[in-house]
Amino acid sequence: MSKLIMETKDFSFTYAGVDTPSLKKINLPIKESKITALIGPSGCGKSTLLRAMNRIHDLYPGNKYEGEINLYSADGKENILNIKKENDFIKLRQRVGMIFQKPTPFPMSIFDNVAYGLKLAGIKDKTEIQERVENALKGAAIWNETKDRLHTSALGMSGGQQQRLCIARAVALKPEVMLFDEPTSALDPISTGAIEELISELKNDVSIVIVTHNMQQASRLSDYTAFMYLGDLIEYDKTDIIFMNPKEKLTEDYITGRFG
Amino acid sequence: MGGRLFKNFSFFSATLSFFILIGIFSILFTYAQDSIHQFGFDFLSSEIWEADEDDEDIGIFGGFIPIVGTMLSTTIAMIIATPLAMGIAIFLTEIAHKTLIKPVSIAIELLAAIPSIIYGMWGLFYFAPIIQSTFGGQGVGLLTAGIVLAIMIIPFMAAITRDSMNTVPDVLKESAYAMGATKFEVIKDVVMPYSKGGIIGSIILALGRALGETMAVAFLIGSVMQIPSKITDPTTSIPVLLANNFSEAQGLEMSSMYYLALILFIVSFIIISVAKFYFLGKKVK
Amino acid sequence: MNRLLLNKIILMLSTLSAIIGISFLFWILATLTYKGVSSIHLSTFSQDLVNGGIRNLLVGQFTMAIIASLIAVPLGMFAGIWLREYSNGSKLASIIRNLSDVMMSAPSIVIGVFVYALFVVPFGGYNGFAGIIALAIMMIPIIISTTDNMLALVPKELREAGVALGGSKHKIILQIVIKAAKVGITTGVLLSFARIIGETAPLLFTSANSQFFTMDLTEQFPSLTVSIYNLATYPDEASRELAWSASFILTAIVLIINLTGRYMTRNKK
Repeated sequence: MSKLIMETKDFSFTYAGVDTPSLKKINLPIKESKITALIGPSGCGKSTLLRAMNRIHDLYPGNKYEGEINLYSADGKENILNIKKENDFIKLRQRVGMIFQKPTPFPMSIFDNVAYGLKLAGIKDKTEIQERVENALKGAAIWNETKDRLHTSALGMSGGQQQRLCIARAVALKPEVMLFDEPTSALDPISTGAIEELISELKNDVSIVIVTHNMQQASRLSDYTAFMYLGDLIEYDKTDIIFMNPKEKLTEDYITGRFG
Repeated sequence: MGGRLFKNFSFFSATLSFFILIGIFSILFTYAQDSIHQFGFDFLSSEIWEADEDDEDIGIFGGFIPIVGTMLSTTIAMIIATPLAMGIAIFLTEIAHKTLIKPVSIAIELLAAIPSIIYGMWGLFYFAPIIQSTFGGQGVGLLTAGIVLAIMIIPFMAAITRDSMNTVPDVLKESAYAMGATKFEVIKDVVMPYSKGGIIGSIILALGRALGETMAVAFLIGSVMQIPSKITDPTTSIPVLLANNFSEAQGLEMSSMYYLALILFIVSFIIISVAKFYFLGKKVK
Repeated sequence: MNRLLLNKIILMLSTLSAIIGISFLFWILATLTYKGVSSIHLSTFSQDLVNGGIRNLLVGQFTMAIIASLIAVPLGMFAGIWLREYSNGSKLASIIRNLSDVMMSAPSIVIGVFVYALFVVPFGGYNGFAGIIALAIMMIPIIISTTDNMLALVPKELREAGVALGGSKHKIILQIVIKAAKVGITTGVLLSFARIIGETAPLLFTSANSQFFTMDLTEQFPSLTVSIYNLATYPDEASRELAWSASFILTAIVLIINLTGRYMTRNKK
């Protein structure tokens, strides 16, 4: 068994102004250097769970967390739900990167998009920035397409390129975990293929959690799969077990396309 | 057929604003002819404004003082209003709690709805004395006019800036936060660049309003035909000179008034057009 | 840490800006209420300016603003209808739309000067009609843009359904499209009415002012706003007090109409 990088313990989450929790006592391990897929029908809470793992929910006030979400490191574990100071939020988000459903290039050049996070992290040395931008773009398999126009606006790229740029931007910070929130649902099949390939390569360096409602994608990409339904974690196991031999009736129904 | 009449009358109404605009331009130009003919472009740089007591058709008129007064009071207003309006827009889009957004927005919009003559009254009796005791001078003058002018244009600037900041997609902001940016960094690096056009447009549009504002400034600028040597000195502006002296002017002086109105009209026209069409973009669906 | 401190400072300054903005609103409103209410007497409403009241001024101001609206609202609405329903997005339509947008921000004093040349000089003196024309010119572009924008929000399926039922174009516009956009247009009308009723600059040398009660629009016409401007500069205490009560009443009228307009749209949503 590989090591844990993150885990949720009896984690419940309630949105502001709502009485019933959207996530109920979730216990989910995230293994180091593996890809964990979160699947389930719309409204099951998979994106809500993902957005709790870097506490991006906290941009909007009034949400309620219960339980623990632990992030492991060499110094032991830290419950990220205890974070209160802005500075610690910033550190968390640099350790746990996120890629969104739609590509989100910032209104600046390709180079500056990738360099942005590095500058935020306090890196001032120009050659180091240059080097890490180049490595990140190479790591995101987009260097060849962009090296001649690094200083043109990122908004002129295609959707697939923009998404790979966003991945490069996150990779440049060398996060420990990367969260993907349906990263290919806004892309064409060819771009989707490129992103999937990229994600499988990334797992050597970083642990990955991906939300998807494309079950083929989950089975192709992931090592572990968690099936969620109406705010509950129904089943978690190795991906081939979930897809070939699920223990729960509900999981089987979903996998075989009987609902969702 | 009723349909045809309806359509034709609609078309007639639509062309009306076109004709009004052309009308304003040609009337001002025609009535300013004598002065334009007499003084030409020197009108812009001449400080002398002297009517001849015996003959209304002679005299020396130059628009330098009101032109400078307009520019200075507007500049002061812009310097004060721009950061405050940006602050309010940022507060409304990025900081305020949901329950606060509505009341604060309404308050800011009500500030815009207050008639300018009220700003003048309040400014003259309540604000000018404060400026006088703080900065010296006579109370009325450039600084007082500039500050009150700033209060008047802040709501416009803030409202347009807010609207354009609101168009920044949440997910774009989230992805900056997800990289560890602070709120200020998200505003500076994502929100501001993304809504740049709207922000610059709002600033220029507010500038256009400040240039043409009459009543509040008429109360507060002092209405003295002199080049101010300090910021608290009284002077005058184009709209104020028109408001106070237009109805008594005769002959060449009257024509020079039209000349000033023409200058103000053309400058506003250019500024507003640049703001609306270059920066704010026309959304024709 | 530096960037966190900077972040805090900027956020505090932004919040402070909002507080400053709101304080000015309350400062102005408090001043008006304090000075205005204490100077209002029964005679303020029952007497004309010549006897130290504002009866004729209120009537005059409303008369001019209402007649200006009666001119501007239909013209502006028809123009908006043409732009949205008949122009088919032609080049001419976009020129008209742009010019009317520019007109909306034209300096009001310049409109006064224009109307003076056209409707005061030829008739030998200030008159109420000239004031009405000046106010209408200010109002038309606002109504055009409101109508144009509100009609744009009406779904095109509604028009198609009307056509499918065999309605003629102008009937569909009048009976269906305008009805669907009614609330938005009414709000626009109220907001622009609130704006013109508080205007001073376009009236200074068009209607000018009158101390007496009159309904004769061919003569100088009483105006609340122009009176405030005049009264404020008189040295005697009574004139100033009257200026304050007039200011208070004017602001109350403007803000009430403005809020009513906003309240209507809010209820719709």
